[in-house]
Amino acid sequence: MTAWILAALQTLLFVFMAPLLGGWVGRVKCHMQNRAAPSLLQPYRDLAKLFRKHTVLAEQASWIFRGTPYIVFGATILTAAVVPLVAVQLPTAAIADVIVLVGFLALARFFTALAGMDIGTAFGGMGSSREMMIGALAEPVLLMAVFTLAMTASTTNLSEATTFTLNSGLVLRPSFIFAMLGLMMVAVAETGRVPVDNPATHLELTMVHEAMILEYSGRHLALIVWAGQIKLMIYMVLVANIFFPWGIATELAANDLAVGLAAIAAKLILLGVVLVVWETVMAKMRLFRVPQFLGFAFLLSLLGMLTHVVLETGG
Amino acid sequence: MEFTQLSLYDQAILLLAAIVLFTSFIMLAQPRIVPLIHAFAWQGTLLAVTTALVAYVTDHPHLYISAGMTFVLKALLIPWMLHRLAVRLNIHRDIEAVAYPSLTLMAGASLVVFSYYVAIPIVQLSTLVTRNAIAISIAVILLGMLLMISRKKAISQVIGFMSIENGLFFAAVVSTFGMPMVVELGIAFDVLVASILFGVFFFQMRASIDSLDVDRLNRLREVDE
Repeated sequence: MTAWILAALQTLLFVFMAPLLGGWVGRVKCHMQNRAAPSLLQPYRDLAKLFRKHTVLAEQASWIFRGTPYIVFGATILTAAVVPLVAVQLPTAAIADVIVLVGFLALARFFTALAGMDIGTAFGGMGSSREMMIGALAEPVLLMAVFTLAMTASTTNLSEATTFTLNSGLVLRPSFIFAMLGLMMVAVAETGRVPVDNPATHLELTMVHEAMILEYSGRHLALIVWAGQIKLMIYMVLVANIFFPWGIATELAANDLAVGLAAIAAKLILLGVVLVVWETVMAKMRLFRVPQFLGFAFLLSLLGMLTHVVLETGG
Repeated sequence: MEFTQLSLYDQAILLLAAIVLFTSFIMLAQPRIVPLIHAFAWQGTLLAVTTALVAYVTDHPHLYISAGMTFVLKALLIPWMLHRLAVRLNIHRDIEAVAYPSLTLMAGASLVVFSYYVAIPIVQLSTLVTRNAIAISIAVILLGMLLMISRKKAISQVIGFMSIENGLFFAAVVSTFGMPMVVELGIAFDVLVASILFGVFFFQMRASIDSLDVDRLNRLREVDE
């Protein structure tokens, strides 16, 4: 019973800390670019403002448009429940493995793309088409990186894979390094960060994610923005806990949980800085360069799998 | 033998081998000349570090000399000469359009699979710690060839050629802990002389056809003009 309560608490923590992570990334980015930084709590204020506002719906909007924010938010929360954040071996981790996790994210993307086309504006359709192009290229990379991990740990369950890396101690696996780089590149593409998409602008010709959700307002927009922040956190936690699982709690004692919480907070703060540095040194790519970017990410994941077979199992 | 049972040094050798392979892919994907030369220099550096590490782990002191020679020649001297040539020929800002970049990378990945199959019988006969890296070294050789095939500029082809030589040297280090010193010295100076000759050749080529694009070598002058 305590395990279930802890699992629920962990998911709640995931959902409510995600805007804070977004605030941290935004703040570091401002410092990096010599701008006055907003408060860490700014994303919460933005969300609260959006929740208070009225929702404006187009006359032609169907149930898909109205339902999409809830579907996207629900699917993202389900994904967050599966990812081990503070502790491993929680009962929610057994619900779904990492392939289902990829499926949840694909479901959210599918409905966002449908909603983009539902209203019938030119921008929505354009954004949906771009998003699906990026998604079709990014998903194989994600799966390939995950398979590399699964082949090493002999499981697709995230919690067990994390326990496996935790137990094997310091092993310099070439495959993990490639899989991690591939996963990071695909995370950048999937969460709409700089070389692929720019979350900070509403420039008509280049936007991808923003174009799809252009018609949303009020609480619908709040849910979608919040889901986007949770998605960013999911990817960062995946990178942090699969490849650097040290510190995560394996027992459900208060002491271990506190250590796990501190560890994941430190890892996310560091990863946030890495993300900001990456976003600051990279320039936004032309859309037609994105397949090349993701092709390289695919190559990295593929190399991860190949080096696993060639170097780690041979003989 | 399980990967986790190897010592950290052995794991580091295999990790470096994987990164050497990765630099080959970076060269394959890099369309600009100067970053291509830098990637080649990094491959040389990594090769030298790997060789030094193999020397340390397996206690073969003569490999330190090979490592030092590799570092001086392939990480410093040849890249420096190539860079100087690129600047003097005024091609250091050129971008060479690679036809089908993603397809080339996938072809490279399939070459890795192929070299794994080729290396399986050798790996089964060998008892060395580094035997798993033999497939990687064959892959580096084949990727160098792919680089030569997929590029049109003479300077990229020369880098591909040097990268093939890197692969051969790597194969010697991981399969038999280096060739005899005389052979290694000979090859090292061969490569050095080759890179000087290539420089002369570049200038000749540019003087006669005003480009480093080898595709233009098989056109007849009278027809063009």
